[in-house]
Amino acid sequence: MSKDWPLWEVFIRSKHGLSHKHVGSIHATDAEMAMNNARDVYTRRNEGASIWVVPSAQIVSSAPGDKEMLFDPSNDKVYRHPTFYEVPSDVENM
Amino acid sequence: MYSQFVDTGAQGKSTGQDASEQERAFQARIDEGISIEPKDWMPEKYRKTLVRQISQHAHSEIVGMLPEGNWITRAPSLRRKLILLAKVQDEAGHGLYLYSAAETLGASRDELLDALHEGRAKYSSIFNYPTLTWADIGAIGWLVDGAAIMNQVPLCRCSYGPYARAMVRVCKEESFHQRQGYELLLEMVNGTDDQKAMAQDALNRWWWPSLMMFGPADGDSIHTQQSMAWKIKRHTNDELRQRFIDQTVPQAHYLGLEIPDPDLRWNEETGHYDIGEINWDEFWNVVNGNGPCNRERLAARRKAYEDGAWVREAAQAYADKQQQRRAAA
Repeated sequence: MSKDWPLWEVFIRSKHGLSHKHVGSIHATDAEMAMNNARDVYTRRNEGASIWVVPSAQIVSSAPGDKEMLFDPSNDKVYRHPTFYEVPSDVENM
Repeated sequence: MYSQFVDTGAQGKSTGQDASEQERAFQARIDEGISIEPKDWMPEKYRKTLVRQISQHAHSEIVGMLPEGNWITRAPSLRRKLILLAKVQDEAGHGLYLYSAAETLGASRDELLDALHEGRAKYSSIFNYPTLTWADIGAIGWLVDGAAIMNQVPLCRCSYGPYARAMVRVCKEESFHQRQGYELLLEMVNGTDDQKAMAQDALNRWWWPSLMMFGPADGDSIHTQQSMAWKIKRHTNDELRQRFIDQTVPQAHYLGLEIPDPDLRWNEETGHYDIGEINWDEFWNVVNGNGPCNRERLAARRKAYEDGAWVREAAQAYADKQQQRRAAA
């Protein structure tokens, strides 16, 4: 039995002006093969203007258990949103 | 139905008193329609069931290339050859999206492939039937891909995020598969008498196996309840089968072909077509490895995998060498 080739995550920029978006993963022995495989698997219909491939092992991700610690602090800061402020309706262009 | 018999490890569903608090919270999340992502806590049975379901689905895409690949070199025109090549390449792509989704659950690609090659994993029964004539390529696109779409569209809303997203990609691509098949048959039924007879013969052979793709009747489908509670199955086998029949019969009429079922009737009361008895003995026979092509398909998969071993080894050796060179430099 062979061993799995390293896993790479694939990100595609579908159009100029948009960010890259995660689309899935592929296996490849090196970066060049990862790029070729990503092209074959994820851009068969002109979906891509640019591809990033990143070794999956290199991705650091937040844990679901840390959700409160990470994201709750911004939850109660309503003053970061424009709707927090009252501007008289006579004032225009704001 | 590309995954016809997914064992959930439980008969019926377990959401009752014996469920732990964590399990109840998990179920509540699914009931609310919040999708489950790879790092989220999930019951072990949910994980195992999904790995089984997604890998059966992936294996079906991969084995599904064989009956059609059989005709690439014999396509009757360059146009048809290009279409068939693109379709078979899509099936490979779909298999890869799905393996990639299964891997987010901690499955290893090589282990999944080993399970297929050693006959421990299942794939859809439909791919164990032979493609005898060119019209079969049309029938597969129209019926087999049509049935697949019927099953896969609801899975775009399944509870597991990576699986749902893979299904969205697959469904976008699959629609051309069905249309090219129907177009192919339309050309044949408007051709010579022999060509029309060939189209009818293909429908005769593929109709019942296509209906079997939806899996056993609801009464015999012991894992449906749990899978539906988990939202990794959104409709029962019989519901989807009926929808497929209702949609496909008029399409056959348009082709001027006859559905090979003397009991087929439009039922005014229910607003559905009634069909004759499905030959479940045949279904279980194929599922259990005794269909017309089970051994041939597995042997072809194994051979392809073994013949490719030196390529995989060479690519790995090359990558290792390059890495050592970079380290030394």
